[in-house]
Amino acid sequence: MKQVPTLKIDGITIHQSLAIIEYLEETRPTPRLLPQDPKKRASVRMISDLIASGIQPLQNLSILKKVGEVSKDLREETHLTWAQNVITSGFNALEQILQSTAGKYCVGDEVTMADLCLVPQVVNAERFKVDFTPYPTISRINKRLLALEAFQVSHPCRQPDTPTELRA
Amino acid sequence: MTESGKPILYSYFRSSCSWRVRIALALKGIDFEMVPINLIKDGGQQFSKDFQALNPMKQVPTLKIDGITIHQSLAIIEYLEETRPTPRLLPQDPKKRASVRMISDLIASGIQPLQNLSILKKVGEVSKDLREETHLTWAQNVITSGFNALEQILQSTAGKYCVGDEVTMADLCLVPQVVNAERTFSSRGLCQVPPFHISCKFRAHSSDTWS
Repeated sequence: MKQVPTLKIDGITIHQSLAIIEYLEETRPTPRLLPQDPKKRASVRMISDLIASGIQPLQNLSILKKVGEVSKDLREETHLTWAQNVITSGFNALEQILQSTAGKYCVGDEVTMADLCLVPQVVNAERFKVDFTPYPTISRINKRLLALEAFQVSHPCRQPDTPTELRA
Repeated sequence: MTESGKPILYSYFRSSCSWRVRIALALKGIDFEMVPINLIKDGGQQFSKDFQALNPMKQVPTLKIDGITIHQSLAIIEYLEETRPTPRLLPQDPKKRASVRMISDLIASGIQPLQNLSILKKVGEVSKDLREETHLTWAQNVITSGFNALEQILQSTAGKYCVGDEVTMADLCLVPQVVNAERTFSSRGLCQVPPFHISCKFRAHSSDTWS
């Protein structure tokens, strides 16, 4: 698919971030990234899929390039408007869903796969200048997650390939 | 749930995501009630206040089951798998499960959302071009990119079906996407594209299995 991430592990190669995470969960189950209860697991997967299928692919580099081509409009403004619309639609839905699922984090009080999807999407939203006023729950959860070490060491601003001007 | 306790599936006949769930329910022998949501009539019944309250993403499928409401077809299928595990839709081996999820996600994130009704409408708006031709070109490009990758991946995972010799969640994603592709390609007057012969073989198997 010519996309990242791709993980080579245990003699196999896996694409698709959620397939990778579910494999890690099944083979290295501690600490848990999915609750034990099937109904809570459904909530985690539902939120993860909302972001991974319903928002991210509609505003990534590849689709923005296609949008530029089909509109014959390469202005950054057009990209921004498209991305904002896609993210806003998705976040409007997510904010509502979180009213019934969220505790400290997206689903209850433990970090799950849903939170792993949330934080990167919030970073994208900030880059596209989305107004977060309508999303107090998303904002609160995101802030709490960013304080955790795993979210800090993996942050885009601290990677080997982070451009100098964007480094933390 | 209905008064009888049956699950309720909100579905559109042509929605490939809804079809994935309908296949899962059929394979697992789960009796359910269907509530059709027409995505085109009345400006799109998914935008009604009632349906929005049920699914804030305003999409099908949505399943009411066991006192909860689940959106997102793969989340629904994984829940059915965990609570009604026979017959299996995911292999026992974690590496094969990874292949199943990878293929399912390739279709559910990498192809379907980029060529569904909602995105084609946005494409029309941004290009200010409402010709069917523009929609078809966009959809065709998206499907071709995805199927090129999928065809390669299937070389190493496929047996009789997408992953090995048992029907899995990956196959539930494949068939509806192939139908979308056939509808797109045949609208352009194009024949079946040769690189996708494996997906056609699966469709033939699938017709046998599910007819």
